Amino acid sequence: MYDFELLKPATIDEAAAMLAEGDAQALGGGQTLIPTMKARLAQMDRLVALSGIDAIRGVCTDDDGRICIGGGTSHATVAREYAKSYPALASLAGRIGDPAVRSRGTIGGSLANNDPSACYPAAALASNATIVTNTRDIGADDFFQGMFTTALEEGEIITEVRFPVPEKAAYEKFIQPASRFPLVAVFVAKFADGVRVAVTGASSDGVFRWSEAEQALSDDWSADVVAGLAAPGAEGMISDLHGDGAYRAHLVKVMTARAVKGAV
Amino acid sequence: MPKDTGIGASTPRREDVRFLTGKGRYTDDIDVAGQAHVVFLRSDVAHGRIASIDTSAAEGVEGVVRIFTSKDFEGVGGIPCGWQITSRDGEVMREPKHPILAEGKVRHVGDPIAAVVAETRAQARDAAEAIVVEIEDLPAVIDMKAALAEGAPRVHDDLPDNLCYDWGFVEENREAVDRAIAEAAHVTTLDLVNNRLVANPMEPRVAVGDYARHDGSSTLYTTSQNPHVIRLLMGAFVLGIPEHKLRVVAPDVGGGFGTKIFHYAEEAFCTFAARALERPVKWTSSRSEAFMSDAHGRDHVTRIELALDADHNFTAVRTQTLANMGAYLSTFAPSVPTWLHGTLMAGNYRTPLVYVNVKAVFTNTVPVDAYRGAGRPEATFQLERVIDKAARELGVDPVELRRRNFIREFPYQTPVAVEYDTGDYDATMDCLLEMIDRDGFPARRAESEARGKLRGLGINCYIEACGIAPSKLVGQLGARAGLYESATVRVNATGGLVVMTGSHSHGQGHETSFAQVVADMIGINEDQVEIVHGDTANTPMGMGTYGSRSLAVGGSAMVRATEKIIAKARKIAAHLMEAGEDDIELKDGKFTVMGTDKSVAWGDVTLAAYVPHNYPLEDIEPGLEETAFYDPNNFTYPSGAYACEVEVDPETGKVDVLAFAAADDFGNVVNPMIVEGQVHGGIAQGIGQALLENCAYDAEGQLLSASYMDYTMPRAHDFPMFQVDHSCRTPCTHNPLGVKGCGEAGAIGSPPSVVNAVLDALASGGHDVAHIDMPLTSGKVWAAMQGRGDK
Repeated sequence: MYDFELLKPATIDEAAAMLAEGDAQALGGGQTLIPTMKARLAQMDRLVALSGIDAIRGVCTDDDGRICIGGGTSHATVAREYAKSYPALASLAGRIGDPAVRSRGTIGGSLANNDPSACYPAAALASNATIVTNTRDIGADDFFQGMFTTALEEGEIITEVRFPVPEKAAYEKFIQPASRFPLVAVFVAKFADGVRVAVTGASSDGVFRWSEAEQALSDDWSADVVAGLAAPGAEGMISDLHGDGAYRAHLVKVMTARAVKGAV
Repeated sequence: MPKDTGIGASTPRREDVRFLTGKGRYTDDIDVAGQAHVVFLRSDVAHGRIASIDTSAAEGVEGVVRIFTSKDFEGVGGIPCGWQITSRDGEVMREPKHPILAEGKVRHVGDPIAAVVAETRAQARDAAEAIVVEIEDLPAVIDMKAALAEGAPRVHDDLPDNLCYDWGFVEENREAVDRAIAEAAHVTTLDLVNNRLVANPMEPRVAVGDYARHDGSSTLYTTSQNPHVIRLLMGAFVLGIPEHKLRVVAPDVGGGFGTKIFHYAEEAFCTFAARALERPVKWTSSRSEAFMSDAHGRDHVTRIELALDADHNFTAVRTQTLANMGAYLSTFAPSVPTWLHGTLMAGNYRTPLVYVNVKAVFTNTVPVDAYRGAGRPEATFQLERVIDKAARELGVDPVELRRRNFIREFPYQTPVAVEYDTGDYDATMDCLLEMIDRDGFPARRAESEARGKLRGLGINCYIEACGIAPSKLVGQLGARAGLYESATVRVNATGGLVVMTGSHSHGQGHETSFAQVVADMIGINEDQVEIVHGDTANTPMGMGTYGSRSLAVGGSAMVRATEKIIAKARKIAAHLMEAGEDDIELKDGKFTVMGTDKSVAWGDVTLAAYVPHNYPLEDIEPGLEETAFYDPNNFTYPSGAYACEVEVDPETGKVDVLAFAAADDFGNVVNPMIVEGQVHGGIAQGIGQALLENCAYDAEGQLLSASYMDYTMPRAHDFPMFQVDHSCRTPCTHNPLGVKGCGEAGAIGSPPSVVNAVLDALASGGHDVAHIDMPLTSGKVWAAMQGRGDK
């Protein structure tokens, strides 16, 4: 790890001011950033820890019935709080990493990093969540812009994520056995006005919506209808030691069907 | 009846208390006053010419003591190889220099280029990053076939090509084998890969070099399985330090699995630098560094042919293997694909003719050497896979095909040099079949099918040669060392014992099981026996621990030394009781004059030995301390039968291991609990190899599986509870304990049954897949089901 100065703001405004100055980097739960720093693959003069900002921790429900999760809320908290009201989301949060990761890792950190194999981006995209920052609201469809790339500006902080609660949903994950990140995982969410299907782990462009499946499932909500679809194309799918593009494309279809079958 | 003490008792491991409560003393726990820290700058390309190394900026980094490059090692030897193989044409193997720091060229990702010694590790790391190295990239050779092709880039410029040796065994049988295969009623051929593995012991390697200015002696603390061997190799061949001026200490070692047998450049560097700087230096490997600097294991590409007559008797086996040596020859690398592999190719079967050809190949990869099983898993895998394939081709039961060819008369002289002393392969197979309820398998398969899953059962046998080994024989086979073992038993005046052994324990529980042996022989409590190992300063010259040899060879040395102790103690007892020596009996720690009620306790005799007021000084010396060196006259041959039951998800290709059973014949067993633990660990590594672990390079020689994000270490979650049985016992006939060794069996015996089971499951779903190369990842299994072959 290279030397850095650790700053601990108590408010969002303080944090934003610190991030605006010089070579600074925001620190959420640190589950990606700290190992990266330890490997000397990340270097900054100042690290701005968001963990001391009470305003971005915790959960509530807004007037539209949306679930509102503070950006600094841990996966463990989400898993605990939403077991009944949004079980698919709670189940997703409860299966990220291991207990240590879930206690430290935050939803804001996960979304801001947008790892192509992270779990949360699939939930946010399938749920059509709104990502609230210290400066604006960003719809999930606009937020994710490719592998490790988001709509966030330099120094912009995710303060809250608002999830509309679907009628039915499920997150089906097929793990990469070494890292235990998704090799392919699919979040399906059935709303009154249609179905959204978000896929993580598969594409080298990061999380994406499988529109053919959304169309078919909006017309006919059944696992069988997924079985009738062609798997998405293998082009653009990640191909590595753990599975080639064709395999990942195939898994997208299998995981989608299983998610529909298991949706609650 | 299970015993509660001594040989045969499941005595709890005394060392676990310190390991589990954080009180172990590992090499990294050793800090020598005034020590500086070492960080190696390692190559990030697989192959290149070093144009320049500029350390000027790095030398200015705060805390830097000194920066070393290869020019500091002029006149210093390379890392030696401990085994010489002779090729079919009579030429000895090619043995390129393995410098401590890269000379002129880098030859694999991780090859050390420079070493920084600084006051702190962080400063050393900063300075290493400030070294400017210019490397002219050269094309890398990674694939072994490509490495042997005409005009391939050469890993070593001073060699004509990338071939290390071309070994044939038994060369005199070659034509007869060819003829038998040509004339066979049926020949089954199988091409397979034995995947490259990284051992990944929990404790990464560490070396601390120290130099004593007052007497000019050097000390190396290191994570080693055999400190005496390191002392000999490093002292005599690399640094020119005589043994009496060099001490090597391997304290608690957190797992070895073979990869800590070898003498490594980092050990020589730390010893050298401590002397050069006259201050202690310490190097601690990071996990990332371990992936690219610990010797890897396996990495064979093989074609095996099995010939059968019309009655399904095996008539010949012919194999051709390319064995990856990596960029340099690691300490025992040449022996692994040859003598530890070719001599096992008869397996448990009466095959009269065997021919094994091995071409060892240099590539731009990390050196490959022994890893748990070392050569024997590779032999077992190909043989047990080709037998299963033959059974399928012939439409016969794979167990019956094996039984038809079992060796049943012992001793049995194989056509591949070794002579099996004992065994009972029917007994272990019978035991296995009962454990796994083979008759109930169709019902279990039907139950899986009802859930949309494919269920498969795979069975295999194994035999291995361990208890390594007779010095005379291995010398004839090219070993540059003896393979005896030693023990000194020092009895203290008040009756307690210290046993100093040349074996080394790095997790095996020797401190417990060795104490059981010695305590049992004398009839005293186990806690009166202390086992000391791992320090050349206080143990007799010994060859260390690997090849499942510690109890069979090291334990036998202990028995011999203890026998000498008892013989002398009996003389003392006879004198004390004024009786004839032949009338003295030792039982339960008491010497008795047979047929009388006269006795003296063990402690009375030991006290007399050190307070010889009433003592036969004219016949024997005072004191009670004896040393024995034991050199066996044969290997030992554990054997067994293993079974694996799997379920395959036909939609994803995911394999779940539902059951795994092992029936082993280890001969006599000292501590059943420890034996079972060893088998569990071996099976975990074997299933790991079969389903999960894979060390992969890309075409440019970059290590793709360079961390736990991509190298799949098995976890408890991946396994069912294992069923293990070691009740079939044909004791070894040539060592005093009748033991065979159990450390590697699990890793040797388990991979074939896993693969056999998966293919059996696929066949039940109508997928006629002849083979899938390990590891059988879900993606590969799915692709095979799509008819896309091995991908």
